[in-house]
Amino acid sequence: MTITLDAPRIVTAHPLMTLKNVSKSYGDVRAVRDASVEVFPGEVMGIVGESGSGKSTLLRMMNLEDTPDTGSYTLDLPDVQGNLFELDRFARRMLCATKIGIVYQNPHLGLLMNHSSSGNVAERLLVAGERRFSVLRDKAQIALEASEFPLERLDAPPIELSGGMQQRVQLAKAIALEPALLLLDEPTTGLDVSVQALVLDTLKRLQQDRQITMVIVSHDLGVIRTMADRVIVMRRGEIVESGLADQIFQDPQHPYTQQLVHAKL
Amino acid sequence: MTLVLDVQSLTKGFTMHHLNTQMAAFNDISFGLHSGEFLLLKGTNGAGKSTLLRTLYRSYLAQSGAALFQSSHGVIDLMRAADVDITHLRRSEIGFVTQFLVARPRVSAQALVAEPLRQAGHSADAALDEARRWLSAFGVKEELWRAYPTTFSGGEQQKVNLARALILPQKLLLLDEPTASLDVQARTALVARLAELKSQGTAMIGVFHHPDDVSHLIDRVIDLTPNTSNPEDREDVAY
Amino acid sequence: MSLKTLTRDWEPMSYGFLDASAKRELRRKMLKAVAVPGCQMPYASREVPMARGWGTGGLQVSLTLINPKTCVKVIDQGADDSVNAASIRSFLAKVSGAPTTLDTLKADLIQSRHRIPEEVLREDQVLVLQVPNPEPLRSVQPNMSIARQMHADADYGRMWLQLYEQIVRSGRIMQGASYPSMVNGRHVMTPSPIPRWDVPKLNMAKHLTILSAGREKRIFAVPPFTRVEPLVFDDVPYKVEDHANLTCYRSGVRGLFMNEIPQEDGSSTHEVSDSEYGVKVIRRADGDDTVLGKTWYENGEMSS
Repeated sequence: MTITLDAPRIVTAHPLMTLKNVSKSYGDVRAVRDASVEVFPGEVMGIVGESGSGKSTLLRMMNLEDTPDTGSYTLDLPDVQGNLFELDRFARRMLCATKIGIVYQNPHLGLLMNHSSSGNVAERLLVAGERRFSVLRDKAQIALEASEFPLERLDAPPIELSGGMQQRVQLAKAIALEPALLLLDEPTTGLDVSVQALVLDTLKRLQQDRQITMVIVSHDLGVIRTMADRVIVMRRGEIVESGLADQIFQDPQHPYTQQLVHAKL
Repeated sequence: MTLVLDVQSLTKGFTMHHLNTQMAAFNDISFGLHSGEFLLLKGTNGAGKSTLLRTLYRSYLAQSGAALFQSSHGVIDLMRAADVDITHLRRSEIGFVTQFLVARPRVSAQALVAEPLRQAGHSADAALDEARRWLSAFGVKEELWRAYPTTFSGGEQQKVNLARALILPQKLLLLDEPTASLDVQARTALVARLAELKSQGTAMIGVFHHPDDVSHLIDRVIDLTPNTSNPEDREDVAY
Repeated sequence: MSLKTLTRDWEPMSYGFLDASAKRELRRKMLKAVAVPGCQMPYASREVPMARGWGTGGLQVSLTLINPKTCVKVIDQGADDSVNAASIRSFLAKVSGAPTTLDTLKADLIQSRHRIPEEVLREDQVLVLQVPNPEPLRSVQPNMSIARQMHADADYGRMWLQLYEQIVRSGRIMQGASYPSMVNGRHVMTPSPIPRWDVPKLNMAKHLTILSAGREKRIFAVPPFTRVEPLVFDDVPYKVEDHANLTCYRSGVRGLFMNEIPQEDGSSTHEVSDSEYGVKVIRRADGDDTVLGKTWYENGEMSS
């Protein structure tokens, strides 16, 4: 007795985010070559690769900070249509503020270092049009609390905070508007190992509580292994392998991935 | 009994690019598994017992062959299913039990155990109650329930892991030496739980160092030792 | 016909000091500024015999608008008699032959630093404000290229961030002067460093206001009958300085913007900031038939 049938798709949900055939060159350097990525709702997608592999460029495109030479980008959300790379600056800004959150490795990129931490979070809400002081204050506080930021430092400027705390402010800012997509660019690189674990734990917790769809870029396989459901491996601008996180780590197929996995301490 | 899993000519080997070699794990395995059936994998060390489990769980990629799984959504080939589908099935229909805990920092033991129930849509309170029941059944001391398993001893971690893996009845359960280094109480609880799940229709494939504990559950045995004859013919059935 | 009949004779100086092409550019930029209220128009700020930062922007606008019949008033922080105001006034008169006045009601053109006179301006009057820093976004966006994009996109969220920061740090909005204001519902401008007290005077005013920054080379305008709304949170109302209960120690005027004069014993007395208004009140008390105009504020309240 056998069953013979072609495998149907079980999960019929559309990918939340789809990048299709994205290529980008800077002069003669091809930063990203023909990359296609699908991320499903509630999923954590990890992107690994050494520096210069194009993973950060790809993330910047997802945040609409960079436009590829070719390719398309769609988000499956009720009020978002078409190829997002074709949006004008104005529409991009609104979309990024309301639908996409990002945490950079370098907090200087994401934060106003001399403004208050709560103000940094409030800025997101202001961009989206909130004009009530009390609401700004409350929502900033809620977001900072969710990021496990110590509330007694609510109004301290990031410049006076430790690296881990700065990342929490970035995270609070990123999730303040409950984005559909949270992008993390080496969020814990450069932090002490113990602080790194705490920040990752906060991320994991947020992900589970809110089912946020995340894309996390890191050269640190440990970070990706802790966080990601699925993994994309990039090398020299190309996606060389993608698959379930445990499969990538336990049974890597591509020579480069094998080398990467085996090099891990 | 319905056929839950139909494994057809499954072959797995590892290509080690840096050595430029191929390492075969198992070759052309075929068998069927019905609901409520308990299948024991046996074979010498390196025969590919764990590899087969992991291949079915898709932690490893098969080189050829199919593993058709009767999911509640229809039949799906686990070897070719989309990653998202596998993720979905792992959450709802296919369980994997190892001796190694995938603990996360600052998640309490009870929350960790309750998680599969919560993901399946149970209320937080109900899930926690059930989690405590199972922690207790596996002999995890009550004062540890709210503690973080990362700090536990290996044995305690393993109990938490078992409770988590077995709390939610699955259609297919893959057991990778779950009894190794368990104390008697936990082993008894594990075997009882397996028996209960089996009677509820869970199909199981297991690798056991000492199959004696579960011998009364075993319906069939497949020997993966190379050069043994077709496993489907060798039914050392222990009904 | 010879070249001589077609051109003017050489003169040692152009009328109104600036050469014709400079004035032409300024006129065009002023028209543009009026056409897009609150939007900063770049212009080639010329050299004038005064250091940049001392009112050269306002001076160039005044020099362009002036004619021999224009009655000119110049004030600095509300006072007509400060050195800077007196120098600019005499320079304007010297290069144009225009009459000068201290009386707001008699002036056609008022060049001012940091204040708007207390008497309501009319349709036929022009107010020229000297502006040190024309870019309201500078404090929240140091990159001027991006700041310009933000103006283009009306991306002003960060302006409120500035106010948020002030409330968080000081418990209230600390912006005393240059209070950022939305003009005609589109562009946020800095109204030059006038006090909060003066900003409501610009809203739907009958007169034309030209704001000019000589060092930064920017002109912008609030045309007559244009909305000027200070940026506020919905739940934190705009407040002007609390000067309603202060009395001018010289003129006895109450309910207008006052200058504080610290005393040796640590207390303060106050003097009306619009000095000529105080003078007129004193004159009237002395029996002169001086005409006092209607003031924007009455008893410290903005009259509608």
